[in-house]
Amino acid sequence: MSEKLITEEKRVFMTGNEVVAWAAVAAGAEIMYGYPITPQNEIMHYWTRLAPKYNRKFLQTEDELSAGFTTVGGVMAGRKAFTATAGPGNTLMQEPMSMAEAMRLPTVTIVQQRGGPSTATVIYSQQEVTMTTFGGNGEGLRIVYSTANHQELFDYTIKAFNVAWKYRFPTFVLGDGYQAKMRESLTVYDPEQKGIEFVPAEPYVGKPGTPGVDREPGHYRNTYNVEEELYEVLQGYFKDYAKMAEEVAEYQAFDTEDADVVVLSHGVVSRGAKEAVEQLRKEGKKVGYFRPITLRPLPEKELKELAGKAKKFLIVESAQGQFAKLIKDVIYGASVEIVPFFKPGVGITTDEIVGKVNEIL
Amino acid sequence: MAEVTKIMLAGEGGQGVQSVAQILAEAADNEGREALYIPNFGVEQRGGVSIAFLQISDERIGAPKFDIGDIVVALSDRAIYRTKQYVGENTIFVYDTSIDIPKEDLPQNAAKILAIPALEIAKNELHPRVFNVIILGAVVAATKVVTAEDAKKAIEKKLGYKFEQNPKLRELNYKAIDKGMELV
Amino acid sequence: MTVQPAMPKCWRPETKPHKFCPGCGHGLVLKALGEAIDELGIQDRVVFGCDIGCSLLAWDFFNVDSIQTHHGRTTPVMTGVKRANPDLICIAYMGDGGGYAIGSQHLVNAAARNEKITVILALNTVYAMTGGQMAPTTMPDQKAETAPYGRNVEETGYPTQGPEMVAAITREGAYVARGTTANLKQLKSYIKKALQNQMEGRGFSFVEALSACPTNWRTNAEKTWNFVQKEMPKYFKVGEKKVPGAEEKEGQ
Repeated sequence: MSEKLITEEKRVFMTGNEVVAWAAVAAGAEIMYGYPITPQNEIMHYWTRLAPKYNRKFLQTEDELSAGFTTVGGVMAGRKAFTATAGPGNTLMQEPMSMAEAMRLPTVTIVQQRGGPSTATVIYSQQEVTMTTFGGNGEGLRIVYSTANHQELFDYTIKAFNVAWKYRFPTFVLGDGYQAKMRESLTVYDPEQKGIEFVPAEPYVGKPGTPGVDREPGHYRNTYNVEEELYEVLQGYFKDYAKMAEEVAEYQAFDTEDADVVVLSHGVVSRGAKEAVEQLRKEGKKVGYFRPITLRPLPEKELKELAGKAKKFLIVESAQGQFAKLIKDVIYGASVEIVPFFKPGVGITTDEIVGKVNEIL
Repeated sequence: MAEVTKIMLAGEGGQGVQSVAQILAEAADNEGREALYIPNFGVEQRGGVSIAFLQISDERIGAPKFDIGDIVVALSDRAIYRTKQYVGENTIFVYDTSIDIPKEDLPQNAAKILAIPALEIAKNELHPRVFNVIILGAVVAATKVVTAEDAKKAIEKKLGYKFEQNPKLRELNYKAIDKGMELV
Repeated sequence: MTVQPAMPKCWRPETKPHKFCPGCGHGLVLKALGEAIDELGIQDRVVFGCDIGCSLLAWDFFNVDSIQTHHGRTTPVMTGVKRANPDLICIAYMGDGGGYAIGSQHLVNAAARNEKITVILALNTVYAMTGGQMAPTTMPDQKAETAPYGRNVEETGYPTQGPEMVAAITREGAYVARGTTANLKQLKSYIKKALQNQMEGRGFSFVEALSACPTNWRTNAEKTWNFVQKEMPKYFKVGEKKVPGAEEKEGQ
């Protein structure tokens, strides 16, 4: 049994689901709990093939409620635990994730978005943005990375475990069916060789010593007797979240300085947006590119700044404005005109974005 | 911006279009080029037309799917109707001569329409199982996205374990590539 | 006036008197559980999970690590803990609504997978925390807030037979029993055996405890005990339903 899956940096060519399984092994994830749903299934397939070789575990649960709650149990036992889901599975996952929010549990969830609402398609969408960022009966106290390519799937899956355990907010890697199923190249590496330090996991329950004798018992709850008690707890959480946001929010941007139109996108759609902006710039058109990598927390300062400069925001997404809502909330009051380009549940090509920009320039 | 070659392959389930796309993608990747391959999947893959989107370039590739292909290969009548929307004025459209379809139903706007007797050759000269490898050869010749040599290497990588057991199979596959290249 | 008996050692004195209503059966079940933990000497290894419903009031009941979860979800949370750290002794504590209604798929599948956890379920025939609605275990003709004229078995079926169901779907290695708060000595022995079954890694263990809810039953002490001792056992037969090794013995 070799100790590490990846001993040296190398270029590989694989599907996104395989990338996630590799990244989870590389990140030191110890146990996966999962329930089958397309298009995330192959994450479990690859994980179950790799896990016994690297002393990792897997449990196939009876549904996504159970997958989420067992993941909650796994992290409380002090293990780096994760799950993966999509679509209606993500809907069920909101219940355990609201418990993770309430109890500040460092769960990691990979979401490979599929069409919605309901069963819809097993193929692709960006329609799980609202649910993944603000799902459950909570306040969106989550960290959500929206990846665009296989390199990012690898990088941010590794990062998700670290960020989750550092800040203790449930963390999500928001992919989609395209990223799950497509094949492209990426460079895989051993994070520690790259100087990435692993944030250690710590048990919530089962610490050494007898509770009440050698130490206080760990009593973990998500229920409060009085309104004021809940309010106080949440104020602390919001403060922590705001502090974390400054350190965690990430984005990519270029050519925004003098841009009349800035194309805003996230996830896989930003690939086409990037290409479109590059193409239009070559033609001398004043177009810029902005893409939040974290959808929760958003890079608010940069977005506000940009909204004060650009004439128009073209917001492009494979949903009917779920991403746009997040943006509009941040830039409320700015003069920038918002032009929507929504194709719910459908992929968006470079040419389509170029066409739309030319229409509004 | 680097040139991107956009390839679409479509056929019935079992015709092996996804394998062709995957082999081409891996051949390009082995050469150190960038490739992005995505199958259509979902309910459609069960009893529907199987479509592969493949892009090859020297630089990172943008959106995973595209509107218009540089080459569109359709291997059944249903596949022809399904892929018409991906044909533009610069598209080379390839279909198998065995498909019985009225001429006017072929995509009229294509730059070039190629009918190739891949199925016939597979049946009569080689083996029905290498039908898709003949198609692979034709795509390689038409697009030059990878060399014949690299395509063969990629096949070796994928089917090498089978070739070990039966070296004749290797010969058959290589011959199919060469035959396919001759067709274009 | 009787002398107050000693508390189990693993109870947390700071949170006593507990938060349950007068006459509630939870205190008795948790007493049996506490004594079982004491006698087995596992206080340092126990993780206690409680559901929503009245069982949540036990979140700070013991001097053991405890997790209060959601309605019906204690079984998967304890499963997750146990799978991640098999050295811990995981106890999922719930009521009949949590176990047999909203969390029934978790109970069924944890039992079928033979998870090495212990589920203890207090059965009081009603949803107590939410105000006395009909539960899967409400007795025929018994009145409840959502069955004000009594449970009509034609419309709503008969009370769930939990241990019988769990016994039917588990295989060798599982321990399943139904005890009652009317016989604490026996209940404790069942809970002890269930925990030992987990400690020895044999399989899933499940104990249902017949329990009282005078608040929602609106009964006085006499009627309460009459219900627990006489009425409930008409449908819910007390005793061991599955004991490891019994199947082998049968075959001999």
